[in-house]
Amino acid sequence: MQNPFDTAERKAFRESVEAFVAREIAPFANEWDEAGDFPWELHRQAGALGLFGFGIDEAYGGLGFDDAFMRMDSGVTLAYTGAGGVNASLGCRNIMTGPIAKLASEEIRRAVLPEIISGREGGALAMTEPSGGSDLSRMKTRAVRDGQGWRISGEKTFITGGMKARWYVVGARTGSEGFGGISLFLVEAGSQGFNRTPIKNKMGWWASDTATLHFDDCYVPAGNQLGEEGLCLLAIMENFNFERLALASGCLGMAKRCLDDAIGWAKERETFGKPLIRHQVIRHKIADMSMRIDALEAYLRAIAWTMNEGEMPAAELAKVKVLGSTTAEFCASEAMQILGGAGYLRGQAIERIYREVKVMAIGGGSEEIMRDLAVKQMGL
Amino acid sequence: MKILVPVKRVVDYNVKVRVKPDQTGVDLANVKMSMNPFCEIAVEEAIRMKEKGLAEEIVVVSIGPAGAQETIRTALAMGADRGIHVTTDAIVEPLAVAKILAKIAGEESPELIILGKQAIDDDANATGQMLGALLGWPQGTFASKVEKDGDTLKVTREIDGGLQTVSFGLPAIVTTDLRLNEPRYASLPNIMKAKRKPIDAKAPEDYGVDLTPRLEVLKVAEPPKRQGGVKVETVAELVSKLKNEAGVL
Ligand SMILES: Cc1cc2nc3c(=O)[nH]c(=O)nc-3n(C[C@H](O)[C@H](O)[C@H](O)COP(=O)(O)OP(=O)(O)OC[C@H]3O[C@@H](n4cnc5c(N)ncnc54)[C@H](O)[C@@H]3O)c2cc1C
Ligand SMILES: Cc1cc2nc3c(=O)[nH]c(=O)nc-3n(C[C@H](O)[C@H](O)[C@H](O)COP(=O)(O)OP(=O)(O)OC[C@H]3O[C@@H](n4cnc5c(N)ncnc54)[C@H](O)[C@@H]3O)c2cc1C
Repeated sequence: MQNPFDTAERKAFRESVEAFVAREIAPFANEWDEAGDFPWELHRQAGALGLFGFGIDEAYGGLGFDDAFMRMDSGVTLAYTGAGGVNASLGCRNIMTGPIAKLASEEIRRAVLPEIISGREGGALAMTEPSGGSDLSRMKTRAVRDGQGWRISGEKTFITGGMKARWYVVGARTGSEGFGGISLFLVEAGSQGFNRTPIKNKMGWWASDTATLHFDDCYVPAGNQLGEEGLCLLAIMENFNFERLALASGCLGMAKRCLDDAIGWAKERETFGKPLIRHQVIRHKIADMSMRIDALEAYLRAIAWTMNEGEMPAAELAKVKVLGSTTAEFCASEAMQILGGAGYLRGQAIERIYREVKVMAIGGGSEEIMRDLAVKQMGL
Repeated sequence: MKILVPVKRVVDYNVKVRVKPDQTGVDLANVKMSMNPFCEIAVEEAIRMKEKGLAEEIVVVSIGPAGAQETIRTALAMGADRGIHVTTDAIVEPLAVAKILAKIAGEESPELIILGKQAIDDDANATGQMLGALLGWPQGTFASKVEKDGDTLKVTREIDGGLQTVSFGLPAIVTTDLRLNEPRYASLPNIMKAKRKPIDAKAPEDYGVDLTPRLEVLKVAEPPKRQGGVKVETVAELVSKLKNEAGVL
């Protein structure tokens, strides 16, 4: 089908990202995942390509423009590689540069953003705590004033990019209970009282560095407070919307990869004297996967168009994230099934994607929370 | 120095082409098209020379259908300065391309023309050499290294027996081999900048070149399917088979 929204620039960008992924990531996806790490050079290369600068001024190293379709296309293309861990560690900065660009002082913006957007340094967003991630209004990490700065105490966990990042956008309570008591801070690795430990036994995203962060009276200068005290969580809600667009696009890429690999296998593999693709049960699986993928893609494009028009369709972004993760989960499961025993073996994309669909259903706002949010956004 | 880089739009190297049932050619409907990989290497080399301060301007030319404009834009997004698109839907053979390029060289007066050694569609490996003959310029073909030393160019060529180095004065022609460089990816900021770089629209008639093919395609067929091999037990058996059955020893 044709994409009514495509332009020469979007196509050129997509093809550039495709070429980059095919040469620089795909050949190493499995090796890096098994090793639980990948070379930092890839961050720089992805930065040079322009993957981290959407919606951020050129003065701070950004692109100086935004385009939801390009965000979507790069999300799809990267996820199609089936290297979810690599994408997570590359992309996690995209959920923390927005708050810096919007809320930090001019001095911090100029010092920090170009480093992160170019891929020279890493950045992470630290919201989730051991006591919970769904209900951020109850976060326990506290920041108290100390002379010219603040002292942060508490713990953050499941922080993507958390072992290698140089800067962290951290949510901490500075006031009373509820959302209104929470402020944001920029914490630099190496600050006194800041420590990090790796989370090593994840089900997927092995190549990604995930961390628990420990703040023991960690000192942050007053200038590192982002935005006004107590108003910050509201200010980063928009950021979560972009994260949902990215995650749903990633789910689309994962689902497409599952479908393509399953079709490839079904054409080659024979049972009962004919290729799998000639068995009606398998053909129906292909139809079921394909129609869900088409629907997700069409939905995402309508949302991208709306975002480019300057609106923020928060309810749809919440819903599309659920449609994305359920589609990816369905396609991964069906594709695994079509591969039979071969699907159960490590070293190929479908098996990895099958393990990684769950983080898409939980991270960045779980399916349950997204449904609740969507209905709330619908005014109900 | 001004560098002219011709670029060709071809079927993407990842596409498994299929022969049309009537055997007149390969099916190009809905097939992904890209810049010929050897042309990409030529663009990259020109950009590197410009980055080293050895060149001031890079002009890319493509002779082909409307879609070839996209290929020119890709070169502009990599870092070339402007484009010339000679639009035609006709089949263009190396000689016709070389004749048009010779005319463009006359108008543009580049000191260096860098071309891919061949295009991956027809694999003709002829345009650069023909252009050299038409212009009477020296050429360094199958380049794996290009060095500029004052007014001379030193080109390391990949030849059957190894490497050969040739030196010659400018203006000159270089054709690229695979190991010359690794082309960069067009970055998003540069893709957006390329939008504003000029592309001159031209037609073959502007150069007075007759595109009529000199070659006739009789038939295009799939290569024969690979046959299953045999396993041999010993080296002696292998040698015997190569000698007696394959007849290659
Ligand atoms: C690999 C990975 C990477 C991550 N990266 C980051 C990161 O970079 N930064 C960051 O801040 N966080 C990150 N997270 C954390 C993620 O955002 C949280 O896991 C998520 O928000 C859910 O929080 P939780 O795990 O504490 O589950 P809980 O909040 O304890 O919820 C558990 C389950 O209960 C459901 N639930 C909760 N409340 C309700 C309710 N009211 N009604 C119905 N169901 C409910 C949830 O949907 C979920 O299924 C990451 C997580 C993972 C797994
Ligand atoms: C961890 C593990 C342990 C195992 N242990 C043993 C063991 O101890 N001993 C042993 O003998 N085997 C064992 N197996 C093999 C297992 O029994 C096979 O994987 C299973 O029978 C499926 O065969 P297959 O993998 O070749 O898939 P295929 O036969 O190639 O089938 C692929 C897919 O196509 C579907 N399919 C096939 N034909 C049709 C049709 N006509 N219509 C519709 N759908 C069809 C299948 O349901 C499957 O989903 C094991 C497998 C695994 C993964």
